Amino acid sequence: MDTYVPVLILGLIAGGFAVFSVIMGAMTGPKRYNRAKYDSYECGIEPTPQPVGGGRFPVKYYLTAMLFIVFDIEIVFLYPWAVAFDSLGWFGLAEMFLFILTVFVAYAYVWRRGGLEWD
Amino acid sequence: MANMDHWVINGFDTHIPWWFLLTVIKGVALFAMLVVLTLFNIWFERRVVSWMQMRIGPNRVGPQGLLQSLADGVKLALKEDIVPENADKPVFWLAPVLSAIPAFLAFAVIPWGPEVSIFGHRTTLQLVDLPIGVLYILAVSSVGIYGIVLAGWSSGSTYPLLGGIRSSAQMISYEIAMGLSFAGVFLYAGTMSTSGIVAAQEQTWYILPLCISGIIYIIAMVGETNRAPFDLPEAEGELVGGFHTEYTSLKFALFFLAEYINLVTVSSLAITMFFGGWRAPWPLSLWSGANQGWYPMIWFLVKLLIFVFVFIWLRGTLPRLRYDQFMKLGWKVLIPVSLVWLLLVAVIRQLKNVGDMDQAHLIPICLGAAALFVLVLVALEVRERNQVSRDRRSRDAAELAREEDLEGLGGGFPVPPMPGQQRAAITPRPLRTPILAVTANGHTPAEEASDGRQ
Repeated sequence: MDTYVPVLILGLIAGGFAVFSVIMGAMTGPKRYNRAKYDSYECGIEPTPQPVGGGRFPVKYYLTAMLFIVFDIEIVFLYPWAVAFDSLGWFGLAEMFLFILTVFVAYAYVWRRGGLEWD
Repeated sequence: MANMDHWVINGFDTHIPWWFLLTVIKGVALFAMLVVLTLFNIWFERRVVSWMQMRIGPNRVGPQGLLQSLADGVKLALKEDIVPENADKPVFWLAPVLSAIPAFLAFAVIPWGPEVSIFGHRTTLQLVDLPIGVLYILAVSSVGIYGIVLAGWSSGSTYPLLGGIRSSAQMISYEIAMGLSFAGVFLYAGTMSTSGIVAAQEQTWYILPLCISGIIYIIAMVGETNRAPFDLPEAEGELVGGFHTEYTSLKFALFFLAEYINLVTVSSLAITMFFGGWRAPWPLSLWSGANQGWYPMIWFLVKLLIFVFVFIWLRGTLPRLRYDQFMKLGWKVLIPVSLVWLLLVAVIRQLKNVGDMDQAHLIPICLGAAALFVLVLVALEVRERNQVSRDRRSRDAAELAREEDLEGLGGGFPVPPMPGQQRAAITPRPLRTPILAVTANGHTPAEEASDGRQ
């Protein structure tokens, strides 16, 4: 764990700075109440009513997130393979070809079904 | 007896180990450098964009306006800290902190130079040399996305929500292309440690053998940092300010700080992975002292400034992409290109390892593969264009039919029809009598007659 002590130190410095800034910003500025100021900003018109617990957003974004996970996992498998490539030889190469081909089938399927269409 | 491992003041052993002290010194220095670089970069960007747009830019505060960003920071601190009524307050406070900390942390593994001597102790100019350095950067910068999406969500307002979601969708989409472009570098260097990658580039910078990976990374890093031409989350015309619309005062400043630090981090990563890290560029590298001591920090900073300049140049030159164009570029171009390129690199590397290949064979194979790949891409694009034009033709036909339908509604102008509204039941009455036969009060005799009947 010793390796991560420097990361922790930098994290403490950065976190201290960020928390200090946030508290500082709340203390140094003026406080002049105005109802319109605390409304949601929508270019001056009456704000759209928001349902409790956050608004809705297009389901398309979930699809993007799921596709991301598929490819991110592929990348996670690629990294150790790439690092150990020289010692794996032809075997490693063939295996990775098969793996990428399999993921490519899924990719082609998603493309064909219109999962990669945005508007 | 003086202990060399501990910090000793006037013969008093403080029991603070030197490595710890050095780490703290390096940590504070790194933090200060990132903050100063941010202040400098904001000023630099404004000046360079002004120069490109034939304006003057900030030149009042300090020499050449250098202190402008500092003055802006002080001004932000003196502004009211508004928390909107709709906001989810704890998360609203947490989001800027959560976006700023990873920005600093990601920089911890970037090597700034070789071993130097600080207070008589040898140490490398790198905060921490993790064996999985690049993976660490990817992990930490992903945490930064939480800050953005939470900021958008907790504002309780429409535009920030859309901006935050768009921003996170954009970042995760380009992270894949980014990750794939790294795999080629790991394959060549045989390590994921940033210092190891720099050491492996002693002979050639990886931008030469891995040019496609390098180009993909440079495109992806612009998308990853939400900078122009990929600054859709902050598209003023569509989303006001994006996820930080509702933020004011120093909370807003923290988002700004995080954005500019991320800019420096991705540039440094590009330098480390593809441009030789802290190594001196070619004519300078002939001098043996160029890669020793503190000099490498100069080369690193110069490379960094060149990258920052390129970022600003892109912003000054290119218009913003549309969301669908942007996602198409990420998912349909960058990902397949980087996957195929990675396989190509792997095959070449293996052939080289086996010894079946020398440079003479390499070039025609590369060119042939590249040509084949371009052909496939062009074929796909042509197919897509045909599809789009077919769609457009059928849409135009539908539009035309709809317009004919709207004739009774004045072509839908000035009031467009409601969804499902039918043509008005009243049809203009045909003139039965000549226009000339108008009575004194402006009606035709037939109308007079009908009025009379009612």
